[in-house]
Amino acid sequence: MDPRLGTALIVLFGVPAVIVGYIYATEVLLRGAPERLKPRVRPWLWLAPALLFLFFFLVWPTILTIARSFQGQLAGNWVGLDNYAWFFTSGEALVSLRNSLMWVVFLTLFTVGLGLIVAVLVDRVRYESVAKSVIFVPLAISMTAAGVIWRYMFEYQSPGSPQTGTLNGILTTFGVGPISFLQTQTLGLNTLFLILVMTWMWTGFAMVIISAALKGISVELLEAARVDGATEWNVFRHIVFPLLLPTIAVVSTTIVITALKTFDIVYVMTNGNYGTDVIASRMIKESFTFGQLGRGSALAVILLLAIIPIMGVNINRFRAQEAIR
Amino acid sequence: MEEKRRTRRTLVAIVGAAMLVAGACSSGQQAGKSVTVIGTWAGDEQKAFLAMVKPWEDQTGNKVKYTGTRDINTVLTTGVSSGVLPDLAGLPGPGQMTEFAKAGALKPLDSVLDVNTYKSETAKALVDLGTVDGKLSGVFIKAAIKGLIWFNPSLHDYTSAAPKTWDELKSQASANKGDAKAIWCLRLGSGAASGWPGTDWIEDIVLRQAGPQVYNDWWAGKVKWTDPKIKTAFQTYLDDVVANIPDKTEAVDPQKDFSGGGDPLFASPPGCELFHQASFITGLGAFKAKKAGTDYNFFPFPDIDPQFTGAVEGSGDLFGMFHDTEEAKSLIKYLVTAPAQDIWVKAGGALSANKNATSYPDDIAKRSADLLANAKIFVFDGSDLMPKAMNDKFWTAMLTITKDPSTLDATLADLDKAQTDAYKKP
Repeated sequence: MDPRLGTALIVLFGVPAVIVGYIYATEVLLRGAPERLKPRVRPWLWLAPALLFLFFFLVWPTILTIARSFQGQLAGNWVGLDNYAWFFTSGEALVSLRNSLMWVVFLTLFTVGLGLIVAVLVDRVRYESVAKSVIFVPLAISMTAAGVIWRYMFEYQSPGSPQTGTLNGILTTFGVGPISFLQTQTLGLNTLFLILVMTWMWTGFAMVIISAALKGISVELLEAARVDGATEWNVFRHIVFPLLLPTIAVVSTTIVITALKTFDIVYVMTNGNYGTDVIASRMIKESFTFGQLGRGSALAVILLLAIIPIMGVNINRFRAQEAIR
Repeated sequence: MEEKRRTRRTLVAIVGAAMLVAGACSSGQQAGKSVTVIGTWAGDEQKAFLAMVKPWEDQTGNKVKYTGTRDINTVLTTGVSSGVLPDLAGLPGPGQMTEFAKAGALKPLDSVLDVNTYKSETAKALVDLGTVDGKLSGVFIKAAIKGLIWFNPSLHDYTSAAPKTWDELKSQASANKGDAKAIWCLRLGSGAASGWPGTDWIEDIVLRQAGPQVYNDWWAGKVKWTDPKIKTAFQTYLDDVVANIPDKTEAVDPQKDFSGGGDPLFASPPGCELFHQASFITGLGAFKAKKAGTDYNFFPFPDIDPQFTGAVEGSGDLFGMFHDTEEAKSLIKYLVTAPAQDIWVKAGGALSANKNATSYPDDIAKRSADLLANAKIFVFDGSDLMPKAMNDKFWTAMLTITKDPSTLDATLADLDKAQTDAYKKP
């Protein structure tokens, strides 16, 4: 018998049977409990399996990672804050920190800015859905594939030979270049070119959400302003934009987290060479290539600490929205 | 009470059913005897390896389940700590082999192989490299000789009077450049390992300029990168090689794979006159379709300091055993034998560590195999022997200095810093 058949059988019948069995068992257990307690205990019993999974697959590994970050290359060898000291004194780790910050600032700026502009502009044309689809499509491409595609965009051939890279092909017809985009380290320009790839992918996401919020603004409000003599710019600046702000904040936090987690694009396009490493790619290198699991864990903890405040802002906003409702 | 008992019975039934299914699964896996193998070979190399194991499969009725990965270091390092490992695997290098053997993950091969035959058929240096604490832990499935200099005979045929010294090479190369655009072809790109073809250059120069003693101390971390002996090698590379390549930016482009590095030799007019690469290049790039001897040929890396004449750098793919099942033992025993090795050797692009494997497809492969077998001084690829973190920095450093030679001093100082860190006891 194919061993996969057995696995399939377990999934098909075993899993539902266990779930039904569990719920049945909790009811049996509750039967003896006083009537008053039942509604208070029942939700916890039903939540318990999910909480257990959450604990084992999220909380427990996090605790282990934090503990590991205080140990050296070998587990069990406690080194205190050495790994964190390494982070703040190693040139490469600091470069990855700088790049991650660049990613957060510029990716958010570019995607949200462009997304907002596109959403507002296409709102006024007849071919809106076509334009939006075209901009949204790249989001469906995997990051690795996007990296491969953009390698062709940025490709460099030595001067004099035919330029197969799209951008250099265009530049050389005007007598400029060729430029080796991904090797230009000045001012972190190559990191900016990588951010461009992600911008191409994620602008569609920002645009779709902002556009949806835009449709939710009542037309009467805008009409009233126009009747009162407001210019189109004033309508946007003082009515549309403030009403879009909560949405923009949510989109921004999502993009910031995406930016902090960036790995694929860098790995595929430069593998962190020429000073393009980000925290996530550094983390992989330290942990799995160099076997420095302590340092890798420290990087993971730093990444986690950086994301927590952003999550906090997001959760607060959700609470505020719930309160309004 | 009655209710409760019934529930318990139901639960027992469910658990029992689940266990039955699980049991059915595991017994299913044992039915076909197979050996899981992980290696770095893909494409033509993978085909050659599978052709090599085919006779063994036919003879024993067992199956080889091969998976190729470019990330073998990650797979095995995480595997050693989690215990999820293949039966046999290609090992990333002698350094990692030692680590895995010391961790007890690699099974010793002394009682598995016919050790006396193995030792008599294999170069001593290669046997020693596979030995950890007196136990044979890894065997070379294939080998390569590094630092061959390739040329296109139609531009200038060096076969009759190959340069013997570095200075001769320089003068002959510029005299015979003809209409080639530059003297040297150079490409360091190789995905995540970009930079390594450059490290081969430095190693070849260090070996012949400062000698095997300095070479071995250097990879062992006992000689600093800023040491004049090492720095001179870098300087030689920059002044004599990098100054004579067509385009630096292209040479260090990670997307321009080293395998196509020698292709300009065959262009018209030639993009370059000479190309420095290991023996395996004949199985890659444009070489594959060209005819050995008439379209391309090689001469060995010339001496720099005559006192170190006859020194050769080589490398190879180590193979080790993580699970000592009967099938795995039988397979690894078969793989090192001459008949098995002959199959791969015949496919081209590889040399065998086994001296009795002689089915080389052409004269060029035979000559490189002879170089390997008869080397007076044999050293292993130094960067592959360094700790992984050091090796990685070395790769990156080659990209940096090749792109901008003025960064040499700063880069070497960086490498020194990395050295103190990388050789620390864990």
